Formats: sequence, C-alpha cells, structure tokens
Amino acid sequence: MSAAAEPPIVAAGLTKRYGSLVAVDSLDLELRRGEIFGLLGQNGAGKTTTILMLLGLTEPTGGTARVLGLDPARDALRVKRQVGYLPDSVGFYGDLTGRQNLRYTARLNGLRGRDAEARIEEALGQVGLTHRGDDQAGTYSRGMLQRLGIADALIKDPEILILDEPTAAIDPIGVVEILQLLRDLVHERGVTVLLSSHLLTQVQSVCDRVGIFAAGRLIGLGTVPQLAAKFGNDTGQVEVTFEGEQAAGAAKRIKPVLEGIAGVERVDPATSPGEPWRLEVRPASAGRAVREAVLAAAARDGLGLTAIRSTEASLDDIYRAALRQAGLHRQAEATEPEGAVA
Amino acid sequence: MTAVEAIDAAATAPARSVPRNGWLVVAAKEFADHILSVRFFVLLIVLGLAAGIPLFLATERIHQLASQVSGAQAVFLALFIIGPQDVSIFGLDVSVQGFIGLAAPLLGIAFAFDAVNGERAQGTLPRLVAQPIHRDDVINGKFVASLAAITLVLLSVVLLIAGFGLLRLGIVPEWSEVLRLVVWFVVTVLYVALWLAFGMLLSVVIHRAATAALVGFGVWMGIAMFGRFLLTLLLGAIAPVTDSTAVERALGLYQLHAFVLRLLPTTLYSEASTVLLNPSLVGAPNSTPATLGQLAQAQQQIPTLLSLDQSLLLVWPHVVALVALTVICFAIGYIQFMRQEVRA
Repeated sequence: MSAAAEPPIVAAGLTKRYGSLVAVDSLDLELRRGEIFGLLGQNGAGKTTTILMLLGLTEPTGGTARVLGLDPARDALRVKRQVGYLPDSVGFYGDLTGRQNLRYTARLNGLRGRDAEARIEEALGQVGLTHRGDDQAGTYSRGMLQRLGIADALIKDPEILILDEPTAAIDPIGVVEILQLLRDLVHERGVTVLLSSHLLTQVQSVCDRVGIFAAGRLIGLGTVPQLAAKFGNDTGQVEVTFEGEQAAGAAKRIKPVLEGIAGVERVDPATSPGEPWRLEVRPASAGRAVREAVLAAAARDGLGLTAIRSTEASLDDIYRAALRQAGLHRQAEATEPEGAVA
Repeated sequence: MTAVEAIDAAATAPARSVPRNGWLVVAAKEFADHILSVRFFVLLIVLGLAAGIPLFLATERIHQLASQVSGAQAVFLALFIIGPQDVSIFGLDVSVQGFIGLAAPLLGIAFAFDAVNGERAQGTLPRLVAQPIHRDDVINGKFVASLAAITLVLLSVVLLIAGFGLLRLGIVPEWSEVLRLVVWFVVTVLYVALWLAFGMLLSVVIHRAATAALVGFGVWMGIAMFGRFLLTLLLGAIAPVTDSTAVERALGLYQLHAFVLRLLPTTLYSEASTVLLNPSLVGAPNSTPATLGQLAQAQQQIPTLLSLDQSLLLVWPHVVALVALTVICFAIGYIQFMRQEVRA
C-alpha cells in the first residue's frame, strides 16, 4: 500500500460521548491529499473534539480514525510526529523567547542542533516573526501568538496541518496573510490542511472543501458552490437599495410591490434606511427576470431605486440554511435513543 | 516544485523517527526553568539562612561538646543535630536537621504546585501533549526536574554546613559519619519526593495554581504543627493510658500510639533522620519496648554508639513507608492526569 494512495485523514463512524452528551456523532469524513478542508460550526459543535480524536489526544467512544494510515489511538506518537497542530487559543511560555519556545518543540520532535535552528528560522520567516523571535513570548500580542503557534506547528515539517480556529484572534490583514501562507504551504509542500473555524466568510475563500458541523454531526460536505446548490434549494438573492429618506416612510409601499414580482420567494426589508432589501428568488435562474421586474416597478411607482444587484449565497447563508434543515432532522432523532433504551 | 512533485517526495520520504526519551527533553527544559527561576533563588536563600543561623548559634555548644568528650565520636554529625539552647521556632528544636525536616515539604510543594495547572493556565498543555511524546512523559519529566533542582539546593546547603564544620571548627568527619550523612541525605531526598508527589497531585487535581499552593501549604502546616498534637489528643480519647492501666496493656497502648503517629510522614522522617544522624540512639525515638524484659534490657544498656547497619535496620521500615506514601501520591496524580481531558 503506498502512502500517497491513501487519504491522509479518514474517519469512519467516529463518535465521542461525554456521559449522555454526544460531542461527535458518527462522523464520516475523508480528506484528500493536498487540500484545505474547513470544518465549520459554532462553538461547541464538536470541531475541537474531532481534532483531538484525530490526534490521539482523546479516545473515541466508537468508530475509527486513520491518519496517514495510522490509528491515532494506538500509534499516537507517530501520528503526532507528522501532524502539526495549532490548538484553540494557543499559549506559550511567557518567560521564554519565541525562538526558545520553538526550540523546545523542535527537541520534543527529536530535532537538534543545526537542523532545528534552520527549521526554526524558516518557520519564523514564514509567519513573519523573524524580527521578534528573540523577544519574550509574554510580550506578544494575541495575533502574534497565533502566528507563533502556526510556526510551532510547522517545526516538525508536517504532512498534515490541523489548525483549530487559526484566524480567531487575528486582525483582518493578518487573516489574509495567514490564509495566503496556508495556500502557499499546500502549493509548495503538498501539506494537507484541516482547519476549523466559526468565522465562515474568512474561511470561504481559502477552503477547497468544507464540512458543516452542528451538534456533533456533519450536516453538509462539499465545495462552497456544491453546498450552495444543496442547501440553497435553488434560490438566488437580489439586493435592492432605495433612497434613504424615502425608504423610511415608503417601506410599507415598497414591500407589496416587491412581493408581487413573479419569482420572489421572500422579502427581507432593510434593517435601516439606506440599507439593501434582500429578495430570495426561486428558481435561481429567475434572478435576471426579477431584477428587470424590480427596475420596471421602481420606474412605474417612483420608488427611488439607487442600487440593484444579484449576490451569491455566502457561506453564512448556507450555514444558516443547513442548520435550519438539520434542526428539523435533530428534532426527529432526539426521541430515538430514548425509545431504543426503553 | 509543483504540488504533485511535493506529494511524491513526501510519500517517498523515510518515516520520521520519534524521540525515545521525551521525558528527558521535558525534564531538561523544566530543570533549566527552575534553576533560573526566582523561586529557586528565594528558596536557596531561605534554606541557607534557616540552616546557617542555627549552625552559627550552635557553634559555641559544639566547641564545648568537642572539648568535653575527648576523642568524642560522631562530633561531625553534631553539626546537624545540635541547635542553640533557649531558641526555638514554633516550639521546635532548631537544629539544622530539624530545620531541613521542616523546610523539605515546603520545597517539595513550592516546586510542584503549579506543574500541570500552570501549563493549563498558560495554554501550553494542548501544544505540549500534541508533540510526539507520551502523555506521562510530561508529568515524569516535571517530577524528575523538580526533584533534581531541590536535591541541588539541599546538597549545596549540606555541603556548606559540612565545609563550615571542617574549616571553622576544624572537625574532620570519620568515614562512618560521612556514610551516615549520605544515607540521611538520601532519606531526606525521599522525603522531599513525597511532598513533591503530593504537590504534583494537587497541581493535577486543582485547576488554579494559587488554590493548589494554599491547599498544599495548609496540609503541610496542619501535619507539621498540629498533626501530632491532634493525633495524641485523639488517641487519648480513644485509648487512654492512665495510672490504673495494667502495665502490659499500657505497653500495648503505647505501641498503638507510636504506630498511629507514624502514619504522619513528619514523624516518619524525623525519626529516621534522628536515628541516622545520632548514632547514640539505640531505638527509634518513639518506639517502646514490646515486653517488660526488653524494657529492663534497655534500661541496663551501657550507652554505646550504634553501627551504621544497625541504625539502618531501625529506619528501614520508615524508609519503606515514606517510599510507599510517595508512590501512592504519585500514582493518584499520574492516573488522574492520564484520564483528564486535554482541554481545560
């Protein structure tokens, strides 16, 4: 069996229970080599528990995980040698410098001397901390600690990079840099990246595929367009903006007009004057017809239209749609285990 | 290099070796941290003063003692067991030995109370256990490093005292005395290890370092100062020895009292320490003869010095008990740590 042929991460029926709480519920997942996979979900959805099971840091209650062809529960050391991990809210020894912290990690990975130093320099350079490497980690900002955490995960020259909320505490420019760094790593080294996040729009741009996680279950899996097609129910969106001073009084007048247009499923009024109205359109292909109809209606009724555009479904929308659907599923299933026990 | 080439290179790369001695790496880092830490210097100074002051005050008495007993045996050890008269702290004898006995638990707890919960609070624990080491390497390495640091402190204090004796008082130790001192030192390190294991247990179980420290020092003070008193009080209530008690029964009760008091690690250590450093003691200080015959024998004995092996025989049970207590504390902490979730 060649290592290249096997998917770097495979989970089959992976389950973790804490007492009666099911943190991860029979997760089936397969990562492809060299992809960036985003595990998305709210806090407490089971993302971190999944990651800990993949690293062999907590034992699954049921199911199996294979990481690089190894069972993390049994072969934890070899898995951890090849998998770089950035924990949620990563911490460092404040009285050691960034470089000393990384040196400790290098030693723990069996790297010493010149090898280790070269690796440390490279990793610091990649996250842009070379000039601060000799400052105590206690003086670092949250964003710098996060970047040092990524450098720390890179020290062992990993095959797989698992990042738990990598962009959580970083400023917007830093986020762009980090996502670019991840893309480069995948390109240059063929690293497979699994990242978890609750900041959906940030991650949307960098992930090849995403898995949507809610209450321990994977409720959606695929590329963003795939998910949009699946959870969007073939709906499109049109944003319409009207002149602010008119919109305040004219909201009552505008709403029936928009609702009357053929193909418009739902109308979300503007949250405040000057903000866009959101129209849900079905089928998605009717977007053009709807836009033209809005234009005609605005001209006819003098609504003071200032802008109109079609928008793509964002991951946030997909996520909300997926949750709504899963919510129905969950209610149906919630009664099941009790029945089984009785 | 394209992504495909990189994938091929990664696939053909030899399997990476996993470090075999993870605990050594952890221990080396922790030891360096300890040696450079403020607490190390503070404790070194406190212990140095604590040992130096009684020694200084006792110099006078040792001079007298040395001149009184011409060709005196075991004068060198007197450096450690003789304290100044009329001076006492907490009602305890302030000999060097007594003080080290008092301070050893302090050292043990001070070097361990934040071992695991400190890592948790800093957020370094998940990162640490995600490295290719066994989880117990963390706790083993920390234990070894702390013990090594404390041993270093104790060793320097003991050597300072010995050097002081050699230079200032001109006392040259005999080989048997040196051996006794070495054995006493080993027992002291074992005693420290017990409190270290206890501190480690606290650091695993209690998630806030400050709380762990308070509980640790509370237990230490409770045992060191009130433990004996409370147990004696309790024994007096449960199994009182009065004037009317039959002699045979009284002896039995005394033995019971001695046994119960030896459940306290402080008693175990102070008895072992006294016997080891004071060769003129022929029985463990609190031991009572089992029969009237033994009592009579003991009273008729000519005061002699015990040879080292005889002293060792006396303290062997104490040493075993200390090791057992250490193992119990460490095992509980170890198991708890292995079962704990990595996340806080």
